[in-house]
Amino acid sequence: MALAAAGFQRYATYRQAMVAAVVTNSVFGFLRIAVMLAVIGAGTRTVVGYDERQLATFVWAGQGLIGVVLLWSLPELAERIRSGDVITDLLRPIDPVWQLLAADLGRAGYAVLTRFVVPVVVGALVFDLYAPRRPVTYALFMGSILLATIVCFSCRYLVNAAAYWLLDVRGPQTAWTLTSGIFGGLNFPVWFFPDALAIGLIVGTPFPSIIQIPLDVLVERGSPTVQLELLGVQAGWVVALLALCRWVQRRGERKLVIQGG
Amino acid sequence: MAYRHLVAAQVRSQAQYRASLAVDVAGSVLFGLLDIVSVVMLFRVTPTLGGFGFAEVFLMAALASCAFATADLAVGNVERLRQYVRSGLFDALLVRPLSSLAQLMAMDVATRRVGRVAFGVGVLILAVANGPVELTPLRLTLLTVTPIAGAVIFGAVFVATATVAFWWIESGEIANGLTYGGLNFTQYPITIYGALFRRLFAYAIGFAFVAYYPTLVLVDRPDPLGAPAFLGYAAPVIAVVAAVAAGLVWRTGVRHYRSTGS
Repeated sequence: MALAAAGFQRYATYRQAMVAAVVTNSVFGFLRIAVMLAVIGAGTRTVVGYDERQLATFVWAGQGLIGVVLLWSLPELAERIRSGDVITDLLRPIDPVWQLLAADLGRAGYAVLTRFVVPVVVGALVFDLYAPRRPVTYALFMGSILLATIVCFSCRYLVNAAAYWLLDVRGPQTAWTLTSGIFGGLNFPVWFFPDALAIGLIVGTPFPSIIQIPLDVLVERGSPTVQLELLGVQAGWVVALLALCRWVQRRGERKLVIQGG
Repeated sequence: MAYRHLVAAQVRSQAQYRASLAVDVAGSVLFGLLDIVSVVMLFRVTPTLGGFGFAEVFLMAALASCAFATADLAVGNVERLRQYVRSGLFDALLVRPLSSLAQLMAMDVATRRVGRVAFGVGVLILAVANGPVELTPLRLTLLTVTPIAGAVIFGAVFVATATVAFWWIESGEIANGLTYGGLNFTQYPITIYGALFRRLFAYAIGFAFVAYYPTLVLVDRPDPLGAPAFLGYAAPVIAVVAAVAAGLVWRTGVRHYRSTGS
């Protein structure tokens, strides 16, 4: 809890970086929505189950989510593993996975209030956005964001933990940046893929749990039962990935060599 | 030439870590692939985009991809200026009797990005072979010149946006909005964007000349927005103007530079 509060405070002090990030996210929001609206303008009133307002919300809320789940971050932990600083994390009486997760949730809490709200407000000022019709959606969306943040954290953790073996994680980091954007629903909704592939991605990979699922919950694509199932998929990934993180961490600690000097 | 030695030394040093370089080159190819996959997937759900068919948009995306990848290879690392200003390393460049900008580029040339350039050229050939262009000697020349001019325009944007660091160190990824955002913008016909956004990106910065206007000439179509056809050949002129403007911004930035003093 204290670690979460520290995470919140730490990011609250980086105000200029926050402004820069929000501006960037908003510029990309304008770029992405133009493409999406062009897709819808060319054909029928809906495309792969989204109408114009839902698609607009998908884009703007998606631009906000980037900062909440922190899709792209510098490989901080990997750098600590390489330099040996990670030893101070290991000396603390809590598992490093939990330490970092707590700090990350604190960061995400701050991001919801800033990096999520600003792009959504910008989007709402210029475009007609979709407001959820079912009150329960708001609760489901909050839950979905929380799960998405943990899934994204775990993925980033695993990418970083590769440093226990590789020292240099640029390869895994590149792979992560690529796959998370295109298979996660950020570049375009995964339903643009053939249905079988989209469902396979949602169930079989963690990526859609980060951006696609929270957004589908928000724009109410599908019935409440479907939404609950989607949250179930996310929860499944949370459990699986955190277990994997713990396992990788234990293996990594055995592998770790603190380089002298 | 001192610059050539600097670049050669960089390439040699990066080639020492062969596995690392191979992974990086592969990654760079995949980034190029990602741009193209996006276009293909969009056309899975729609027959036209902003009034243009797949073959035409694919050609725009290929031209944009080539131009961006080349600029990224040559000057992309100027975006690290922020770190150099913060750490004070930029001082070291200023005391040497060579241009600071050229040193910065030479110091960080990212050999891995040849992967994306090669892929971009491949995609461009594919896009032309796909049939929208009736090849004439003039069009062939245009096809060769356009990616180079486009690369200069992107390069100018890279340099101009990086100089923000002289005034605002904590600017984060804000420059990405115009560099990577510019790539996103140029991949698609400018007809899909709102009037304000189009004026800013397409005309003021000149992104319309990277792919959109040349493509109109290549596929022999009039501009739905009513611009005259000769604009398709104007990219080199725009590129020169952009490069000069970026140079001026850079010089102003350097004059403004105060060392961090640590």
